[in-house]
Amino acid sequence: MSIDLRRRRSVGDIVEKRLDLGEGEILRVKDLVVKFYTYAGVVHAVSSVSFYVKEGETISLVGETGCGKSVTTRAITRLIESPGRIEGGSVLFRRRSGQVVDLLKLDPETLRQIRGNEIAYIFQDPTSSLDPLYTIGYHIHETIKAHSKNAVKKETLKKAIDLLRQVLIPSPEVRVKNYPHEMSGGMRQRSVIAISLSNTPRLLIADEPTTNLDVTIQAQILDLMRKLQERYRMGVILITHNLGVVADVADRVYVMYAGKIVEEGSVEQIFYNPQHPYTKLLLRAVPDPTKRIEKLESIPGIVPSLINPPPGCRFQPRCPFAIDKCSRVEPPMIEVEDGHGAACWLLEKK
Amino acid sequence: MSMDILLEVKALKKYFRVRGSLTKKVRAVDGVDFSVKRGETLGVVGESGCGKTTLGKLVLKLIEPTSGKIFFEGRDVTKARGKWLKEYWRNAQMVFQDPHTSLDPKMTIASILLEPVRFHKISVGDEEEFLVRQMELVGLGKEHLYRYPHELSGGQKQRVAILRAIITRPKFIVLDEPTSSLDVSVQAQILELLKELQRKFSLTYMFISHDISVVKYMSSKMAVMYLGKIVEIGPSDQLFEKPLHPYTKFLLASVPIPDPKTSRSRERMIIRGEPPSPINPPPGCRFHPRCPFATEQCRRQEPTLIEVEPERFVACWLFAKK
Ligand SMILES: Nc1ncnc2c1ncn2[C@@H]1O[C@H](COP(=O)(O)OP(=O)(O)OP(=O)(O)O)[C@@H](O)[C@H]1O
Ligand SMILES: Nc1ncnc2c1ncn2[C@@H]1O[C@H](COP(=O)(O)OP(=O)(O)OP(=O)(O)O)[C@@H](O)[C@H]1O
Ligand SMILES: [Mg+2]
Ligand SMILES: [Mg+2]
Repeated sequence: MSIDLRRRRSVGDIVEKRLDLGEGEILRVKDLVVKFYTYAGVVHAVSSVSFYVKEGETISLVGETGCGKSVTTRAITRLIESPGRIEGGSVLFRRRSGQVVDLLKLDPETLRQIRGNEIAYIFQDPTSSLDPLYTIGYHIHETIKAHSKNAVKKETLKKAIDLLRQVLIPSPEVRVKNYPHEMSGGMRQRSVIAISLSNTPRLLIADEPTTNLDVTIQAQILDLMRKLQERYRMGVILITHNLGVVADVADRVYVMYAGKIVEEGSVEQIFYNPQHPYTKLLLRAVPDPTKRIEKLESIPGIVPSLINPPPGCRFQPRCPFAIDKCSRVEPPMIEVEDGHGAACWLLEKK
Repeated sequence: MSMDILLEVKALKKYFRVRGSLTKKVRAVDGVDFSVKRGETLGVVGESGCGKTTLGKLVLKLIEPTSGKIFFEGRDVTKARGKWLKEYWRNAQMVFQDPHTSLDPKMTIASILLEPVRFHKISVGDEEEFLVRQMELVGLGKEHLYRYPHELSGGQKQRVAILRAIITRPKFIVLDEPTSSLDVSVQAQILELLKELQRKFSLTYMFISHDISVVKYMSSKMAVMYLGKIVEIGPSDQLFEKPLHPYTKFLLASVPIPDPKTSRSRERMIIRGEPPSPINPPPGCRFHPRCPFATEQCRRQEPTLIEVEPERFVACWLFAKK
């Protein structure tokens, strides 16, 4: 699969006017801008972020805390609350019907129909996405009912049991009547996945779905997600800061730093041929238990404030390789091989 | 006992009462034996609720054991009270997971750091000068001294927590998930700092974490806990290369590896189910309900830790026959 980034970008411009997506693509985010208007100042949380997702593939957004992963994916269905504002870009989405829409321009009612139905979310903390007053079965019933008015309780209950079975919850007939607090953390997260699958979404956005879980449960959940994805051919956006998880499940990776995507490529390209200094340092900061490591790399300095982001490249104040230009001009995404690009001036051909 | 051994724990148990019940007990730590050599790092891994934090607190006498013995430099500190206990605490310290809650938000960094110094009546000369020298050890400066914890980043806060623990120059430190709330790049800084301090002050660590990659990197010896018990203990490299206990095998196979080829080519071993409750642990081997190799004996009799190879201990009937 060879994709020329630069060509794609210009084609994308024409495409946008016709509201059309490339072969197999179900989502294309282009030049997304999100800002938060706080007392302390304007937080430039997401600055011109672009990426795409194909049917049946898993892309991963990685980066350290506060770099904009959650805000980016919440903006896809306009789940940004005041003082936040989406200030630019487009989010093209191919609906189940085949129609392509720009989610940022869509009327709220149609958007509501898509959210939780064609696009489903799994958030980091399962407890916050479950209402303690209702059973798991009721949650599934409500999710289905929200999108098909003539849903019958008896049928949704059957569907709920079936979904719980699919996410490997033992004795689903009993568990369907459980309240969230009657389940373990791992079971709650699996229930959240079951709920998100209620309407067979085309795009699943999983925001740190395994971060608070034990590794053995994490392995169970990731394995489960892999199987469900194969069955339903969903596109998946997996947000995580765990590079081990990325290495295991992602097809393609987008590395974010301070509100921008600094590198994109296939999982092999990112791990075996990283180009951006930030990606390189990040990969050497994680201990690989299968290797003998002398010393972990630590990135000097601290993450810049998004209220006054540094001019030029946002990583430049911490970058050991920065050249003069880096602090003046923002680097564009420069392609280094098919489907692999990094926003770094060091890659510019002289 | 060999002079080489700094800490030794024997048959240590801690049962907690279950609220609203007179008979039910949580067997948080249920008969644990291990020893730590001077200058070594013992890593402790295991899933949430298996008893890691309880074990760390027991060793430091922050909570009283239900039974068992703790020898520090050959002396049984389970009996320590008053002056003796105070002296023990000067030598043995703890760093907790979350620096956001372990540092008093109403105190400046300077007063947080002076607290143990004054408590142990350590003479330091000019306090500010002393503190500035100490701050340099963890990469902080005078400008941070009069700030409050909320004015520091997560990584800086954890540096303060570490400094507070080493300021009395202890011999032994329990590090309970010291980097779990930090980003990977900050984690790398803190781990390197801990290694540097260990060399500089000949510290002995007990490093608790559910992140097995981090524990492997930090420790020479590793203990795997399951439901209040150590099921396997041995040199980290060997334990990782050739795990013996079935639970250790499953646990290590679940560890994410930041390398796509290794990660995708290894055998997928997904463990079924979740750990049972420590209130009613299963009879026999606690792992038997989830173990694919369980035999009749495993269901009836509890295995004890036996040395199957030099320095490698495992509690599993599969290894007991030979
Ligand atoms: N409601 C808000 N008001 C002000 N700033 C906000 C708000 N929500 C998010 N931000 C800011 O936007 C930036 C991006 O936040 P986001 O939650 O997307 O980060 P993240 O990459 O998901 O981090 P984490 O790994 O911690 O979840 C951060 O700097 C954050 O402080
Ligand atoms: N003060 C207490 N009273 C009652 N039960 C307790 C108390 N402290 C801990 N426990 C129980 O003891 C068991 C072991 O807890 P502990 O905190 O030691 O586990 P852990 O291995 O540190 O877990 P984690 O990885 O989640 O930190 C758990 O079942 C816990 O609920
Ligand atoms: Mg987030
Ligand atoms: Mg703990």
